[in-house]
Amino acid sequence: MSMSPAVRNRLIAVAALVVAAGGLAFIAFGNLGENLVYYWSPKELLSQGERAYGPTIRLGGLVKAGSIQWNAAHTELQFRVAEGREADAPNVLVRSTEVPPQMFRDNIGVVVEGTYSEAAVFQSNRLMVNHSNEYRAPKEGEQRNWKETVTDASAATSPAAGSSAQTVKP
Amino acid sequence: MNDKYRALRNGLAVLGVLTLAVGAYMGLSWAPAEREMGEVYRIIYVHVPAMWMALLAVTLNLVCCISYLFKASWGKDALAEASAEVAVLFGGFGLVLGSIWAKPTWGVWWDWDPRLTSMSVMLVAYLGYLAMRKFVEDPEKRAVWSAVVGIIAYVDIPIVWFSVKWWRTLHQVQSTPKTVDADMTLALRVNAFAFLFLMAFFVWNRYRIARAQRAAEVALPEALPTSAGHTSTGPVPGVLS
Repeated sequence: MSMSPAVRNRLIAVAALVVAAGGLAFIAFGNLGENLVYYWSPKELLSQGERAYGPTIRLGGLVKAGSIQWNAAHTELQFRVAEGREADAPNVLVRSTEVPPQMFRDNIGVVVEGTYSEAAVFQSNRLMVNHSNEYRAPKEGEQRNWKETVTDASAATSPAAGSSAQTVKP
Repeated sequence: MNDKYRALRNGLAVLGVLTLAVGAYMGLSWAPAEREMGEVYRIIYVHVPAMWMALLAVTLNLVCCISYLFKASWGKDALAEASAEVAVLFGGFGLVLGSIWAKPTWGVWWDWDPRLTSMSVMLVAYLGYLAMRKFVEDPEKRAVWSAVVGIIAYVDIPIVWFSVKWWRTLHQVQSTPKTVDADMTLALRVNAFAFLFLMAFFVWNRYRIARAQRAAEVALPEALPTSAGHTSTGPVPGVLS
Protein backbone atom coordinates (compact mmCIF):
# COMPACT_ATOMS: atom_id res chain seq x y z
CA MET A 1 0.00 0.00 0.00
CA SER A 2 1.42 3.36 -0.86
CA MET A 3 0.53 6.75 0.36
CA SER A 4 1.30 10.01 -1.32
CA PRO A 5 4.01 11.98 0.52
CA ALA A 6 1.59 14.86 1.08
CA VAL A 7 -0.97 12.65 2.82
CA ARG A 8 1.75 10.88 4.79
CA ASN A 9 3.17 14.22 5.96
CA ARG A 10 -0.23 15.38 7.14
CA LEU A 11 -0.71 12.21 9.13
CA ILE A 12 2.74 12.70 10.64
CA ALA A 13 1.79 16.27 11.54
CA VAL A 14 -1.41 15.20 13.23
CA ALA A 15 0.40 12.44 15.13
CA ALA A 16 3.14 14.82 16.27
CA LEU A 17 0.60 17.40 17.39
CA VAL A 18 -1.36 14.79 19.34
CA VAL A 19 1.81 13.57 21.07
CA ALA A 20 2.88 17.14 21.82
CA ALA A 21 -0.53 18.14 23.17
CA GLY A 22 -0.76 14.96 25.23
CA GLY A 23 2.68 15.51 26.73
CA LEU A 24 1.88 19.09 27.58
CA ALA A 25 -1.50 18.21 29.07
CA PHE A 26 0.17 15.58 31.24
CA ILE A 27 2.65 18.09 32.58
CA ALA A 28 0.08 20.84 33.02
CA PHE A 29 -2.74 18.82 34.55
CA GLY A 30 -1.04 15.62 35.68
CA ASN A 31 -0.49 16.84 39.24
CA LEU A 32 3.21 16.88 38.58
CA GLY A 33 3.46 19.68 41.14
CA GLU A 34 3.23 17.05 43.86
CA ASN A 35 6.52 15.58 42.74
CA LEU A 36 8.12 18.80 41.67
CA VAL A 37 8.52 20.77 44.84
CA TYR A 38 11.46 23.09 44.48
CA TYR A 39 11.33 24.01 48.15
CA TRP A 40 9.30 23.36 51.27
CA SER A 41 7.62 26.16 53.16
CA PRO A 42 8.36 26.41 56.91
CA LYS A 43 4.95 24.93 57.69
CA GLU A 44 5.58 21.96 55.40
CA LEU A 45 9.07 21.43 56.80
CA LEU A 46 7.77 21.47 60.38
CA SER A 47 4.92 19.09 59.51
CA GLN A 48 7.43 16.52 58.24
CA GLY A 49 8.54 15.79 61.79
CA GLU A 50 11.54 13.48 62.02
CA ARG A 51 11.57 12.80 58.31
CA ALA A 52 13.00 16.29 57.76
CA TYR A 53 16.13 15.55 59.83
CA GLY A 54 19.18 14.74 57.78
CA PRO A 55 18.61 14.91 54.04
CA THR A 56 19.61 17.96 52.05
CA ILE A 57 16.47 19.98 51.44
CA ARG A 58 15.41 23.43 50.34
CA LEU A 59 13.36 25.72 52.52
CA GLY A 60 11.65 28.83 51.15
CA GLY A 61 9.78 31.69 52.73
CA LEU A 62 10.16 35.23 53.99
CA VAL A 63 12.89 36.48 56.28
CA LYS A 64 11.08 37.11 59.55
CA ALA A 65 11.26 40.79 60.42
CA GLY A 66 13.75 41.53 63.18
CA SER A 67 15.22 38.04 63.16
CA ILE A 68 18.47 38.70 61.32
CA GLN A 69 21.62 38.46 63.36
CA TRP A 70 24.98 38.88 61.76
CA ASN A 71 28.31 38.18 63.34
CA ALA A 72 30.84 39.81 61.05
CA ALA A 73 33.80 38.49 63.05
CA HIS A 74 32.81 34.88 62.40
CA THR A 75 30.75 35.44 59.22
CA GLU A 76 27.89 33.80 60.98
CA LEU A 77 24.40 34.65 59.91
CA GLN A 78 21.26 33.65 61.68
CA PHE A 79 17.66 34.43 60.83
CA ARG A 80 14.20 32.92 60.70
CA VAL A 81 12.37 31.89 57.55
CA ALA A 82 8.66 32.44 58.03
CA GLU A 83 5.57 31.26 56.21
CA GLY A 84 4.24 34.82 55.88
CA ARG A 85 4.54 38.32 57.20
CA GLU A 86 2.34 37.76 60.27
CA ALA A 87 4.22 37.76 63.57
CA ASP A 88 2.88 34.32 64.50
CA ALA A 89 3.49 32.66 61.14
CA PRO A 90 5.27 29.28 61.38
CA ASN A 91 9.00 29.82 61.05
CA VAL A 92 12.29 27.96 61.07
CA LEU A 93 15.61 29.13 62.44
CA VAL A 94 18.34 29.18 59.79
CA ARG A 95 22.08 29.42 60.26
CA SER A 96 24.51 30.17 57.52
CA THR A 97 28.17 30.98 57.22
CA GLU A 98 27.73 32.84 53.97
CA VAL A 99 27.78 36.56 53.43
CA PRO A 100 24.23 37.16 52.18
CA PRO A 101 23.52 38.87 48.84
CA GLN A 102 22.99 42.60 48.87
CA MET A 103 19.19 42.33 48.67
CA PHE A 104 18.95 40.20 51.79
CA ARG A 105 16.85 41.92 54.46
CA ASP A 106 13.69 41.66 56.55
CA ASN A 107 10.60 40.32 54.77
CA ILE A 108 12.38 39.38 51.54
CA GLY A 109 11.84 35.99 49.92
CA VAL A 110 14.64 33.48 50.42
CA VAL A 111 15.39 29.91 49.47
CA VAL A 112 17.99 28.11 51.56
CA GLU A 113 19.52 24.73 50.87
CA GLY A 114 20.90 22.62 53.66
CA THR A 115 19.92 20.24 56.42
CA TYR A 116 17.48 20.41 59.29
CA SER A 117 18.27 18.83 62.62
CA GLU A 118 16.62 17.74 65.87
CA ALA A 119 17.90 20.97 67.42
CA ALA A 120 15.35 22.77 65.20
CA VAL A 121 18.11 24.53 63.30
CA PHE A 122 18.33 24.61 59.54
CA GLN A 123 22.01 24.69 58.66
CA SER A 124 22.19 26.37 55.27
CA ASN A 125 25.06 25.97 52.86
CA ARG A 126 23.40 27.88 50.05
CA LEU A 127 21.44 31.06 50.59
CA MET A 128 19.40 32.49 47.71
CA VAL A 129 17.34 35.64 47.77
CA ASN A 130 14.47 36.01 45.35
CA HIS A 131 12.96 39.12 43.95
CA SER A 132 9.29 39.87 43.31
CA ASN A 133 8.00 40.84 39.89
CA GLU A 134 7.85 44.48 40.97
CA TYR A 135 10.28 47.02 39.62
CA ARG A 136 10.03 50.46 41.17
CA ALA A 137 12.13 53.56 41.30
CA PRO A 138 13.43 54.25 44.81
CA LYS A 139 11.42 56.73 46.81
CA GLU A 140 13.19 59.91 47.90
CA GLY A 141 16.28 59.04 49.92
CA GLU A 142 15.46 55.35 50.00
CA GLN A 143 18.29 52.92 49.47
CA ARG A 144 17.92 49.65 51.26
CA ASN A 145 20.68 47.53 52.58
CA TRP A 146 20.35 44.35 54.57
CA LYS A 147 22.89 45.57 57.11
CA GLU A 148 20.43 48.22 58.23
CA THR A 149 17.99 45.64 59.51
CA VAL A 150 20.32 43.29 61.32
CA THR A 151 21.19 42.91 64.93
CA ASP A 152 24.94 42.78 65.31
CA ALA A 153 25.51 39.48 67.06
CA SER A 154 29.22 40.17 67.47
CA ALA A 155 28.43 42.93 69.96
CA ALA A 156 28.26 40.87 73.14
CA THR A 157 26.69 43.77 75.00
CA SER A 158 23.53 43.47 72.94
CA PRO A 159 21.12 41.56 75.19
CA ALA A 160 18.73 40.67 72.38
CA ALA A 161 21.47 39.12 70.28
CA GLY A 162 23.02 37.39 73.24
CA SER A 163 19.90 35.75 74.52
CA SER A 164 18.49 34.53 71.24
CA ALA A 165 21.88 33.22 70.18
CA GLN A 166 21.78 31.10 73.34
CA THR A 167 18.47 29.52 72.52
CA VAL A 168 19.72 28.08 69.26
CA LYS A 169 22.81 26.34 70.59
CA PRO A 170 22.35 22.73 69.53
CA MET B 1 19.93 35.11 -6.60
CA ASN B 2 17.12 37.55 -6.86
CA ASP B 3 17.59 40.10 -4.08
CA LYS B 4 14.98 42.79 -4.42
CA TYR B 5 14.56 43.10 -0.63
CA ARG B 6 18.18 43.83 0.14
CA ALA B 7 17.51 47.46 1.00
CA LEU B 8 14.65 46.47 3.29
CA ARG B 9 16.82 43.89 5.04
CA ASN B 10 19.67 46.30 5.58
CA GLY B 11 17.13 48.86 6.70
CA LEU B 12 16.06 46.46 9.44
CA ALA B 13 19.66 46.19 10.62
CA VAL B 14 20.12 49.98 10.67
CA LEU B 15 16.81 50.45 12.44
CA GLY B 16 17.72 47.74 14.94
CA VAL B 17 21.10 49.25 15.77
CA LEU B 18 19.66 52.77 16.09
CA THR B 19 16.80 51.59 18.31
CA LEU B 20 19.28 49.60 20.36
CA ALA B 21 21.40 52.74 20.86
CA VAL B 22 18.33 54.64 22.08
CA GLY B 23 17.30 51.65 24.19
CA ALA B 24 20.77 51.35 25.72
CA TYR B 25 20.72 55.03 26.65
CA MET B 26 17.26 54.69 28.17
CA GLY B 27 18.06 51.50 30.02
CA LEU B 28 21.47 52.52 31.31
CA SER B 29 20.86 56.16 32.11
CA TRP B 30 17.38 57.54 31.48
CA ALA B 31 15.40 54.96 33.45
CA PRO B 32 15.68 55.20 37.25
CA ALA B 33 17.53 52.71 39.42
CA GLU B 34 15.45 50.04 41.10
CA ARG B 35 14.39 50.31 44.73
CA GLU B 36 15.72 46.97 45.87
CA MET B 37 18.29 45.96 43.30
CA GLY B 38 19.79 49.36 42.60
CA GLU B 39 21.66 49.64 39.29
CA VAL B 40 22.15 45.95 38.66
CA TYR B 41 18.50 45.52 37.65
CA ARG B 42 19.32 47.32 34.37
CA ILE B 43 20.32 44.00 32.87
CA ILE B 44 16.56 43.46 32.53
CA TYR B 45 16.68 45.66 29.43
CA VAL B 46 18.63 42.99 27.56
CA HIS B 47 17.78 39.79 29.43
CA VAL B 48 14.02 40.05 28.95
CA PRO B 49 14.06 41.14 25.27
CA ALA B 50 16.53 38.34 24.48
CA MET B 51 14.22 35.76 26.06
CA TRP B 52 11.17 37.20 24.35
CA MET B 53 12.91 36.92 20.99
CA ALA B 54 13.94 33.34 21.73
CA LEU B 55 10.31 32.43 22.47
CA LEU B 56 9.12 34.31 19.40
CA ALA B 57 11.66 32.58 17.18
CA VAL B 58 10.78 29.08 18.41
CA THR B 59 7.12 29.91 17.83
CA LEU B 60 7.96 30.86 14.25
CA ASN B 61 9.79 27.54 14.02
CA LEU B 62 6.66 25.71 15.21
CA VAL B 63 4.48 27.45 12.64
CA CYS B 64 6.94 26.51 9.89
CA CYS B 65 7.14 22.90 11.09
CA ILE B 66 3.38 22.36 11.16
CA SER B 67 2.86 24.28 7.96
CA TYR B 68 5.58 22.28 6.19
CA LEU B 69 3.91 18.99 7.01
CA PHE B 70 0.55 20.21 5.72
CA LYS B 71 1.91 21.82 2.59
CA ALA B 72 5.58 21.26 1.91
CA SER B 73 7.88 23.92 0.54
CA TRP B 74 11.63 24.50 0.77
CA GLY B 75 10.94 28.03 1.93
CA LYS B 76 9.16 26.78 5.07
CA ASP B 77 11.93 24.30 5.80
CA ALA B 78 14.54 27.03 5.37
CA LEU B 79 12.63 29.42 7.64
CA ALA B 80 12.26 26.67 10.24
CA GLU B 81 16.02 26.14 10.24
CA ALA B 82 16.72 29.87 10.41
CA SER B 83 14.29 30.53 13.27
CA ALA B 84 15.57 27.61 15.36
CA GLU B 85 19.14 28.78 15.02
CA VAL B 86 18.31 32.37 15.92
CA ALA B 87 16.19 31.13 18.85
CA VAL B 88 19.19 29.26 20.23
CA LEU B 89 21.31 32.38 19.78
CA PHE B 90 18.92 34.64 21.68
CA GLY B 91 18.01 31.99 24.24
CA GLY B 92 21.66 31.27 25.01
CA PHE B 93 22.37 34.98 25.24
CA GLY B 94 19.38 35.49 27.54
CA LEU B 95 20.42 32.60 29.76
CA VAL B 96 23.96 33.97 30.18
CA LEU B 97 22.56 37.43 30.96
CA GLY B 98 20.14 35.91 33.45
CA SER B 99 22.99 34.11 35.16
CA ILE B 100 25.01 37.33 35.38
CA TRP B 101 21.97 39.02 36.90
CA ALA B 102 21.35 36.14 39.31
CA LYS B 103 24.74 36.31 41.02
CA PRO B 104 24.37 39.78 42.57
CA THR B 105 20.62 39.49 43.24
CA TRP B 106 19.87 35.87 44.10
CA GLY B 107 23.39 35.26 45.34
CA VAL B 108 24.05 32.33 42.99
CA TRP B 109 24.93 32.01 39.32
CA TRP B 110 22.54 29.17 38.81
CA ASP B 111 20.04 26.92 40.50
CA TRP B 112 17.90 24.14 39.09
CA ASP B 113 14.55 25.78 39.68
CA PRO B 114 11.72 24.89 37.26
CA ARG B 115 12.13 28.06 35.16
CA LEU B 116 15.88 27.75 34.70
CA THR B 117 15.61 24.03 34.12
CA SER B 118 12.85 24.27 31.52
CA MET B 119 14.75 27.03 29.73
CA SER B 120 17.85 24.82 29.63
CA VAL B 121 15.73 22.01 28.24
CA MET B 122 14.57 24.37 25.50
CA LEU B 123 18.14 25.16 24.48
CA VAL B 124 19.16 21.51 24.50
CA ALA B 125 16.04 20.53 22.51
CA TYR B 126 16.67 23.08 19.78
CA LEU B 127 20.38 22.33 19.68
CA GLY B 128 19.28 18.74 19.16
CA TYR B 129 16.96 19.88 16.40
CA LEU B 130 19.82 21.70 14.68
CA ALA B 131 22.21 18.79 15.21
CA MET B 132 19.71 16.36 13.71
CA ARG B 133 19.41 18.54 10.63
CA LYS B 134 23.15 18.22 10.10
CA PHE B 135 23.00 14.44 10.27
CA VAL B 136 20.26 13.80 7.73
CA GLU B 137 21.54 14.15 4.20
CA ASP B 138 18.35 13.67 2.23
CA PRO B 139 16.79 17.15 2.23
CA GLU B 140 13.23 15.87 2.12
CA LYS B 141 13.67 13.38 4.95
CA ARG B 142 15.49 16.06 6.89
CA ALA B 143 12.63 18.49 6.43
CA VAL B 144 9.97 15.99 7.53
CA TRP B 145 11.92 14.61 10.50
CA SER B 146 12.98 17.99 11.77
CA ALA B 147 9.41 19.25 11.46
CA VAL B 148 8.34 16.46 13.81
CA VAL B 149 11.20 17.22 16.20
CA GLY B 150 10.28 20.92 16.07
CA ILE B 151 6.68 20.18 17.04
CA ILE B 152 7.71 17.93 19.93
CA ALA B 153 10.39 20.35 21.13
CA TYR B 154 7.82 23.12 21.35
CA VAL B 155 6.05 21.26 24.18
CA ASP B 156 8.68 22.80 26.43
CA ILE B 157 7.76 26.39 25.55
CA PRO B 158 4.46 26.62 27.46
CA ILE B 159 6.32 24.93 30.31
CA VAL B 160 9.00 27.64 30.23
CA TRP B 161 6.32 30.33 30.25
CA PHE B 162 4.06 28.83 32.93
CA SER B 163 6.77 27.24 35.09
CA VAL B 164 6.81 30.32 37.32
CA LYS B 165 3.03 30.09 37.78
CA TRP B 166 2.64 26.32 38.04
CA TRP B 167 5.48 25.59 40.44
CA ARG B 168 7.51 27.21 43.15
CA THR B 169 10.55 28.80 41.62
CA LEU B 170 13.47 31.02 42.49
CA HIS B 171 12.67 33.04 39.39
CA GLN B 172 9.83 35.50 39.91
CA VAL B 173 6.60 35.39 37.90
CA GLN B 174 6.17 37.55 34.81
CA SER B 175 6.03 41.27 35.42
CA THR B 176 3.28 43.37 33.87
CA PRO B 177 3.08 47.11 33.26
CA LYS B 178 1.21 47.22 36.59
CA THR B 179 4.18 45.87 38.49
CA VAL B 180 6.79 47.92 36.66
CA ASP B 181 7.16 51.71 36.78
CA ALA B 182 6.12 53.47 33.57
CA ASP B 183 9.62 54.74 32.68
CA MET B 184 11.04 51.27 33.06
CA THR B 185 8.26 49.76 30.96
CA LEU B 186 8.93 52.24 28.17
CA ALA B 187 12.69 51.59 28.23
CA LEU B 188 11.99 47.86 28.14
CA ARG B 189 9.68 48.23 25.15
CA VAL B 190 12.20 50.28 23.17
CA ASN B 191 14.81 47.59 23.77
CA ALA B 192 12.33 44.87 22.87
CA PHE B 193 11.71 46.55 19.50
CA ALA B 194 15.45 46.90 18.93
CA PHE B 195 15.84 43.18 19.56
CA LEU B 196 12.85 42.46 17.33
CA PHE B 197 14.36 44.35 14.37
CA LEU B 198 17.70 42.62 14.86
CA MET B 199 16.09 39.23 15.25
CA ALA B 200 14.10 39.73 12.04
CA PHE B 201 17.32 40.76 10.30
CA PHE B 202 19.13 37.66 11.56
CA VAL B 203 16.28 35.30 10.67
CA TRP B 204 15.88 36.79 7.22
CA ASN B 205 19.58 36.47 6.39
CA ARG B 206 19.83 32.99 7.82
CA TYR B 207 16.74 32.05 5.84
CA ARG B 208 18.39 33.20 2.62
CA ILE B 209 21.44 31.07 3.37
CA ALA B 210 19.27 28.04 4.15
CA ARG B 211 17.20 28.65 1.03
CA ALA B 212 20.32 28.78 -1.13
CA GLN B 213 21.62 25.59 0.48
CA ARG B 214 18.33 23.80 -0.23
CA ALA B 215 18.37 25.01 -3.80
CA ALA B 216 21.92 23.73 -4.25
CA GLU B 217 21.07 20.38 -2.65
CA VAL B 218 18.02 19.67 -4.76
CA ALA B 219 19.59 21.03 -7.96
CA LEU B 220 22.63 18.82 -7.66
CA PRO B 221 21.28 15.72 -9.45
CA GLU B 222 20.17 17.88 -12.35
CA ALA B 223 23.44 19.75 -12.56
CA LEU B 224 25.39 16.54 -13.04
CA PRO B 225 26.28 15.89 -16.68
CA THR B 226 24.23 13.12 -18.27
CA SER B 227 25.45 10.73 -20.95
CA ALA B 228 23.21 12.11 -23.69
CA GLY B 229 23.95 15.69 -22.83
CA HIS B 230 20.36 15.99 -21.82
CA THR B 231 19.40 17.85 -18.71
CA SER B 232 16.19 17.21 -16.96
CA THR B 233 13.91 20.17 -16.77
CA GLY B 234 11.21 18.46 -14.77
CA PRO B 235 10.82 18.85 -11.05
CA VAL B 236 13.06 16.85 -8.79
CA PRO B 237 11.21 13.65 -7.88
CA GLY B 238 9.05 13.94 -4.84
CA VAL B 239 9.67 17.61 -4.35
CA LEU B 240 8.24 20.66 -3.71
CA SER B 241 8.23 24.17 -4.96
